[in-house]
Amino acid sequence: MSKALIDLIKKNFGAAVLETHSLHGDDTVVVEAAAWREVARFLRDTPQCSMDMLTDLTAVDYPEREPRFEIVAHFYSLSKGHRLRLKTRIGDSEGDEAEVDSLCEFWASANWMERETFDMFGVIFKNHPDLRRILMYPEFEGHPLRKDYPADKIQPLIAYRDVPNIEKIAPFSVDEGMSFGRQTHQSSRRDDSQVN
Amino acid sequence: MGELKPSSTQILEPGAAGGAGFATTRLEAVLAWAQKYSLFMYPFVTACCGMEFMSVSSPRYDFSRFGSEAPRFSPRQSDLLWVVGTITQRQAPILKRIYEQMAEPKWVLAFGTCASCGGFYDNYACVAGVDKVIPCDVYVPGCPPRPEAVLDGLMLLQDKIQTGNRTPAIVKPRQDPVVEQNISIVKLRKSRTSVA
Repeated sequence: MSKALIDLIKKNFGAAVLETHSLHGDDTVVVEAAAWREVARFLRDTPQCSMDMLTDLTAVDYPEREPRFEIVAHFYSLSKGHRLRLKTRIGDSEGDEAEVDSLCEFWASANWMERETFDMFGVIFKNHPDLRRILMYPEFEGHPLRKDYPADKIQPLIAYRDVPNIEKIAPFSVDEGMSFGRQTHQSSRRDDSQVN
Repeated sequence: MGELKPSSTQILEPGAAGGAGFATTRLEAVLAWAQKYSLFMYPFVTACCGMEFMSVSSPRYDFSRFGSEAPRFSPRQSDLLWVVGTITQRQAPILKRIYEQMAEPKWVLAFGTCASCGGFYDNYACVAGVDKVIPCDVYVPGCPPRPEAVLDGLMLLQDKIQTGNRTPAIVKPRQDPVVEQNISIVKLRKSRTSVA
């Protein structure tokens, strides 16, 4: 059953399909970004597909690849009971020009998921009705789930208290905390290696 | 801990004439004694620690035994702020405003690891401990803390209120029997597996 969906998409969008993959009923189709909207519309409107539910939409950042971002959408058909994963690849190595068509007009659930993807990865969804941050605050700069966002960079909305050694305020001492934490002092990390 | 400190209080026995008797004490000691048993709390509950907070406040553990019964959902009527759960950068201004709205004297109890130091939320979104934003009196570690640890924290705070000590303090863990017997966890596990 599952391969039939892949074959159907290949038959209708042969030139736009970059890659397909199927393992244990887990079907994936990777298409050109230009065909993203049309393939999605096809999945929803064709009776053999009738994908009436967009379960998830997110992105993956592969900084070493070009195009850099992979947009991943999971579709489910409530009437047919089958699933399909649709992917596309966008964006240059700097993360610019990461633009793809919005799916909001087909599935209302795409609205917030595209906003989250925009918030976390900086992917622009064209013709989205209200593309702004959903989890982070408007003052936040950058996109935190990009691999080049510094792992320990925080952007506080209000200033931290003006006390000495704000990272480890008493009664917490320097050797307290997780040995693998980024904010743990180097000295305690060295002690751990000696014990082992 | 419930008694007034003997150093500040003298209770005189009824005289031979059968009078009512009287006690002397300092005004601050009486005020502190009254304050520590009438803590009006403001629960700022943001995360999973809230379940444990409900457990402590429910009849099974029942922290109203310690005179900390009445929750007030207006900071202006409360004098103990329970910070229960993870505080995100986005929420930090709200927490600070609530703290500022509370009337003096006021105390802050950090409930759980996230509120105390951020725990494993060492990332772009979270504040690594509420003491970065507001001063904190008692830290109760644990993820989530056992109700016993919370009761220890509450009694520690009452002790600090009585003595007028505003130095921040951590609730110390109860002694682990394994540590007492000088057996390492690994040894203990190996002995179990060898039996089986």
